[in-house]
Amino acid sequence: MNKSASGRVAIVGVGESDIGKVPHMTGLGLNAQAAKRALDDAGLKVSDIDGVLTAYSFTEPYFMLGSVLCEYLGLKPRYNASVVVGGGSPAVMLKHATEAILAGSAETILVCAGENRATGQSRDSAVSALLAVGHPYFEQPYGGSIPGFYAMIAQRHMHVYGTTRDHLAHIAVNTRRHALLHPNAHMKTPITLQDVLSAKPIADPLGMLDCCLISDAGGAFIVTSAERAKDLKSKPAYLLGIGEHHTHEHIMCAPSLTEFGAKESGRRAYEMAGVKPSDIDVAQLYDCFSIVPLIELEELGFCEPGEGGAFFADGRASIGGKLPINTHGGMLSHAHAGAAGGLFGIVEGVRQLRGGLGPRQVEGAELALVHNEGGILSSHCTLILGNQPN
Amino acid sequence: MTKELPIPVTNADSAAYWQAAKNNKLMLRRCNACGEVHFMPRYLCPTCWSEDLEWFEARGKGKVHSFSIIRRASSAAYATRVPYVVALIDLDEGPRMMSNIVGPDALDIAIGDAVTLEFEERGDAKLPQFARARG
Ligand SMILES: [Zn+2]
Repeated sequence: MNKSASGRVAIVGVGESDIGKVPHMTGLGLNAQAAKRALDDAGLKVSDIDGVLTAYSFTEPYFMLGSVLCEYLGLKPRYNASVVVGGGSPAVMLKHATEAILAGSAETILVCAGENRATGQSRDSAVSALLAVGHPYFEQPYGGSIPGFYAMIAQRHMHVYGTTRDHLAHIAVNTRRHALLHPNAHMKTPITLQDVLSAKPIADPLGMLDCCLISDAGGAFIVTSAERAKDLKSKPAYLLGIGEHHTHEHIMCAPSLTEFGAKESGRRAYEMAGVKPSDIDVAQLYDCFSIVPLIELEELGFCEPGEGGAFFADGRASIGGKLPINTHGGMLSHAHAGAAGGLFGIVEGVRQLRGGLGPRQVEGAELALVHNEGGILSSHCTLILGNQPN
Repeated sequence: MTKELPIPVTNADSAAYWQAAKNNKLMLRRCNACGEVHFMPRYLCPTCWSEDLEWFEARGKGKVHSFSIIRRASSAAYATRVPYVVALIDLDEGPRMMSNIVGPDALDIAIGDAVTLEFEERGDAKLPQFARARG
């Protein structure tokens, strides 16, 4: 977006539903719980919401999910849509919300996503529903899987840059360590490097602990103008920069297996915010598989291509390190339930800027970067939040 | 209970591709306006949007760009094949396509390996597959 949009809107409320196995709640119920918590966090009333954005649901695949969610919540907004760019949806929804608010289409927008993926359907049907990401005619007949597609990206990175199996394992261990500091994380037990290396193999080189969780979870945040944000209960997190980039959907059509759209989406976000990678204090990078945050780290300019593995292995990505990554535990250890997975990265970015997170707090965090991606590193959106509007 | 492996589905964009596959031919699309060759047949050229496209037969040779050995099958139908190789093949003609690596030494595959085309029967259709090149 244009530089003139920098700092003009803010996230003023964030909420997470109960996370893990929540069999007594529906997907819509999890969304509602997260929305209510976000509204309370902002100190707003239901009647203040005049816009709603949501994504999609594999477990409750309603046509017109945006309208269905509004109906469920008893909302009659003047702005509403379902946005489907896979895991990239939450960040893209924040961009759409920003555009709507700056254009005067709405003043206060609820962004919401989540599913009951752990208990709403069997694990096997979750996998077969997700297989729809593979091209129905030219990929699915070969029995590829989502982990398999990401595994090919990992394999290529190892081949070109010498990234190792241990590097990937360090990412899973680091992320789990962070999740243990989060009171609402799905995973509550520590893991070692050896645990990751000896976990059940899924698609070489990826094992079970390199793959994201399957959780019941909903997440929500509330966006309004910077003007309006000043009078609200919680400390605002101002949107300083945001950019997207889309290069393909199916991996067979990806322009490259080592260069993706995060570089371009990041460039746009940095430019709008007027900051550079070294200014960022904390980053929440989409981590559906261990290889993914490594690639994003490199593309977003935090290290050289091929250096990502060492960045995680030597502790630079840990809380207390040079650039703490996925301080909530990411999708590998905090939660993954459809578009809620990336949304929790935004929630955590906001919380880090507010401060007061105890042992999980990144001291003096003023700028947080969040990256969401959807498909097979197909659709990218990068955003930069700050605790000041400029 | 074993489920059937997926059978290729034909549509208006790909009818010629799958029809040729039944005769052991791998067909690609070339743009007569800009000369680009692409995989995944479409109505127009994804480079220049020309509608002037032609089919031609690929030589059936390529190199492995990347691969993964699948240890946990994506569906019940594939469970009997585990472990199997899914790969992206760079065809000599330029485009990249997905395939399995088949044959007795499939699991020894490496990035950069030369592979050659063969066909696997699926129902009354045939699926292009690749095996490690001999000699
Ligand atoms: Zn052309």
